[in-house]
Amino acid sequence: MISRLAVLLSLVVWLAAGAAGHAAAAPAPSPEVTAALTDLTDEDAEKREAAVNVLGTTRDPKWIQFLGALRDGSVYARTRAGKLELVVGGSKATKGDQDVIDIAGAYEREPLGTVPLSELKEVPADRRLRLAIKPFLDADETQAQLADPDPNVRRGAAIKLGNQAAAGTAPVVEAALKKESDRWAHHALAEALALIKLANGTGDERADAANTLGGLHSESAVPALQRLAADGGATPAERAAATYAIRRIERWGLLTRTVETLFQGASLGSILLLMALGLAVVFGLMGVINMAHGELMALGAYATFVVQNWFRATWPSYFDSYFLVALPVSFLVAAAVGLVLERGVIRFLYGRPLETLLLTWGASLIIQQGLRLWFGAANVDVSSPSWLSGGATVMVGLTLPYNRIFIIGLATVAVAAMYWLLFRTNAGLRIRAVTQNRAMSSCLGVRAGVVDATTFAFGAGLAGLAGCALTQIGNVGPSLGQNYIVDSFMVVVTGGVGKLAGTILASAGLGGLTKGIEPALGAVFGKVAILIGVILFLQRRPAGLFATRGRNAEA
Amino acid sequence: MAQFSRRDFIKGGLLASTAVGAGLSFPNVLRAQDTVKIGILHSLSGTMAISEVSLRDTVLMAVEEINAKGGVMGKKIAPVVVDPASNWDLFAEKAKQLLLQDKVAVVFGCWTSVSRKSVLPVFENNNGLLFYPVQYEGEECSKNVFYTGATPNQQLIPGAEYLMSKEGGGFKKFYLLGTDYVFPRTANKILRAFLVAKGVPADNIAEEYTPFNHQDYQTIVGKIKRFSSGGNACVLSTINGDSNVPFYKEFANQGLRSENAPIMAYSVAEDELRGMDTSALVGHLAAWNYFQSVETANNKKFVQAFKAYAKKANLPGGDKRVTDDPMEAAYFGVYIWKQAVEKAKSFEVDAVRKAVYGQTFAAPSGTIKMHEYNHHTYRPVLIGEILKDGQFKIISRTKGLVEPEPWSKYTSPDKGCDWVKHQGTYQKKA
Repeated sequence: MISRLAVLLSLVVWLAAGAAGHAAAAPAPSPEVTAALTDLTDEDAEKREAAVNVLGTTRDPKWIQFLGALRDGSVYARTRAGKLELVVGGSKATKGDQDVIDIAGAYEREPLGTVPLSELKEVPADRRLRLAIKPFLDADETQAQLADPDPNVRRGAAIKLGNQAAAGTAPVVEAALKKESDRWAHHALAEALALIKLANGTGDERADAANTLGGLHSESAVPALQRLAADGGATPAERAAATYAIRRIERWGLLTRTVETLFQGASLGSILLLMALGLAVVFGLMGVINMAHGELMALGAYATFVVQNWFRATWPSYFDSYFLVALPVSFLVAAAVGLVLERGVIRFLYGRPLETLLLTWGASLIIQQGLRLWFGAANVDVSSPSWLSGGATVMVGLTLPYNRIFIIGLATVAVAAMYWLLFRTNAGLRIRAVTQNRAMSSCLGVRAGVVDATTFAFGAGLAGLAGCALTQIGNVGPSLGQNYIVDSFMVVVTGGVGKLAGTILASAGLGGLTKGIEPALGAVFGKVAILIGVILFLQRRPAGLFATRGRNAEA
Repeated sequence: MAQFSRRDFIKGGLLASTAVGAGLSFPNVLRAQDTVKIGILHSLSGTMAISEVSLRDTVLMAVEEINAKGGVMGKKIAPVVVDPASNWDLFAEKAKQLLLQDKVAVVFGCWTSVSRKSVLPVFENNNGLLFYPVQYEGEECSKNVFYTGATPNQQLIPGAEYLMSKEGGGFKKFYLLGTDYVFPRTANKILRAFLVAKGVPADNIAEEYTPFNHQDYQTIVGKIKRFSSGGNACVLSTINGDSNVPFYKEFANQGLRSENAPIMAYSVAEDELRGMDTSALVGHLAAWNYFQSVETANNKKFVQAFKAYAKKANLPGGDKRVTDDPMEAAYFGVYIWKQAVEKAKSFEVDAVRKAVYGQTFAAPSGTIKMHEYNHHTYRPVLIGEILKDGQFKIISRTKGLVEPEPWSKYTSPDKGCDWVKHQGTYQKKA
């Protein structure tokens, strides 16, 4: 709530600053506009349409924005002190048994607080009205967007204007460029201005623009620059500038592509790692082929869904933090189910891998069908918190999505925590002891049963955690587990059973390799190539990257 | 309900309970003379269940409506519901069972092209009748199938045309993206031929496929980003089902926006949007022949009736259920069959088939018409923009009905489909 207010406040300040810069913008609405606003709620469709025309012909960007809101059906009317007032509705929420909505003024969009929806009457935008609004919006939408409070919208509008490269828009872009404070919107505006000049300027201006575009590493400019470089009518200086700019842009493109591929590989690798980590613990350390691993992930994902709904219903204003709560909850839910599974059945079947395989497969079917019965066969909707949507632009032409950055971080933390647990704590010592020699550890007083149960629960919890993370990039449905189980096994087997380092290396390697060959081969053949590669690799090294060596005859 | 006699009421109740019984794929128990059996062949389990269950519900609702008004030619309709479980071989087996064992008068069913191809020989060899309600890639002309969904020229081409038009943004570069199976492959073949015919240079068309259930769209979105630099680029997407969520999310997260590079989807409808976080999809487009937001009196009735039916029949989702294009096509298919039977005064497949030609019906999307000879349907084409609540805002609509062309004039200009003057597919004279 507070952050939203802050945004609104900064919006007002920003808008006020914008209005001050606009000499033409009228501070108070003219009588015609006031009359038009009243007419908008009139019964007569003719009058409503005329009112839209009055507002549209003011050419005032803020009225154009208002018309846009009207078209989207978010304009409401309310009566205050006997006077009709039009407001623009923002986000809706439910408080108790009442639906409430944030509202803002029609022109300046100053926040007017949150009011119950029942106090407002929607100003309906029927088809006729929408048709009347459309021409005004189309003409001015992009330019109006240059004054939008959201830097991403401003940036999008700048890109659009640059691509259109219409001569008439240069002054608008130049004016916006002077005011722009956001780094990337500024960059897009500078690029747009150079593109406009490149298309419409004189000889010197074009050479200048080409240099600027080269400096800005503008991929959008390549077609125009290529035309200029091949243009027989252009001066040698222009053509040289264009050729040089293209070279700079291409070099930069190679760099961004390389960084992008590396990031994508790291991202896919960390997803694979998160999925495989729990399996590596259970399969690698305990020798249990856990076919229900995927379903434990699904449980984690559904736990996230439940936490999300709970936040939405109970604390809508803290909705963004639901994910932080969902992470431990999904871990605990999956761990609890894992514990029940281990104590209930698996412990009777240690040392009989085929039976555990069948048993866990059966368990996976039960969990899957249970989820289907409880939540329905259709996928459920898990929204990303706002801090995981969108991406950070780190360099020109390269945006790294927040959700992927987060997952890379989460995988790193999970691996570090696991190493710490296994190699720096007493519990870890006992786990390793039981793994190496169960009979001897039991003789020395380690309670092997307890160690088994905690290890299995820990592995299951890691699966739950992976499921929680996966909600941010994929679908949540009853068959979620099946989509990931094959990849998880592939990573563990390639890495070498029983070696965590192998799992880490294998997920990084498979992730990087997939992303490295996908641009050339496409997604379908990329996948085929990876599978063939894994098969060939396992032919040469059946024990995987890191074979377990030791005196233990069982291994 | 008031004007019904008590007997009608009891009969209706009995039939409704039969319908529910049949819904559990229990063999139909009413064998009396005054019923006529129809088959419903939609997957109720497996991967396609998400989409196909809604079609079964719609058909059952239409049956209930018809029965409440006295049935077809005085006979109540007794639906036989079978579950081919998203298994293509099982589709053929179940179709055979419906035609030979249950001896149904007509079958409503199938979704994927591969399931339709699998039952096609069964219907052709046994002279059955199938109403197929989903938009598809065309290039088919069967005597025993009526296609109530769109042909390529009723969905694919108008979608691309809209984006090329001034109103749609005048886009000049097209990224064709699809899931790797028959519909996207054929659709993109037709789209490419269309774009080339409209003068789009081959360099401005990119084509790419992903496996089913693909989750990692990083590379492809990166490619689209580079493709769209310089502007004027859009995506024509035939990505199916599940993969749409990660695709749209990645698209938004890498900073691509619908204003600069819109995605026109051919396989995303209201029913699929139910299970999605739609925030990343808002502003992107879809081309269909029907949207739940169509503003006609018939559609309001249809939407309300379906929500009420879903609630009454205790279907999952209850009155939060939505309607979409294939559901509308499935719904009016039942009525078209009823009208044809009444016109032919017979349940015989051959008589009914001839009576279907040229049949019209006031469907929720407006009055639609069955083609005079090619077994497809005249329908309007709509372009919608995805809204936050998973509904579509209709932004463009064809003036009248668009004639169906099972053989696209861009890829098979020499072929036609005619069951009146020819025997199905024929070579057009040059």
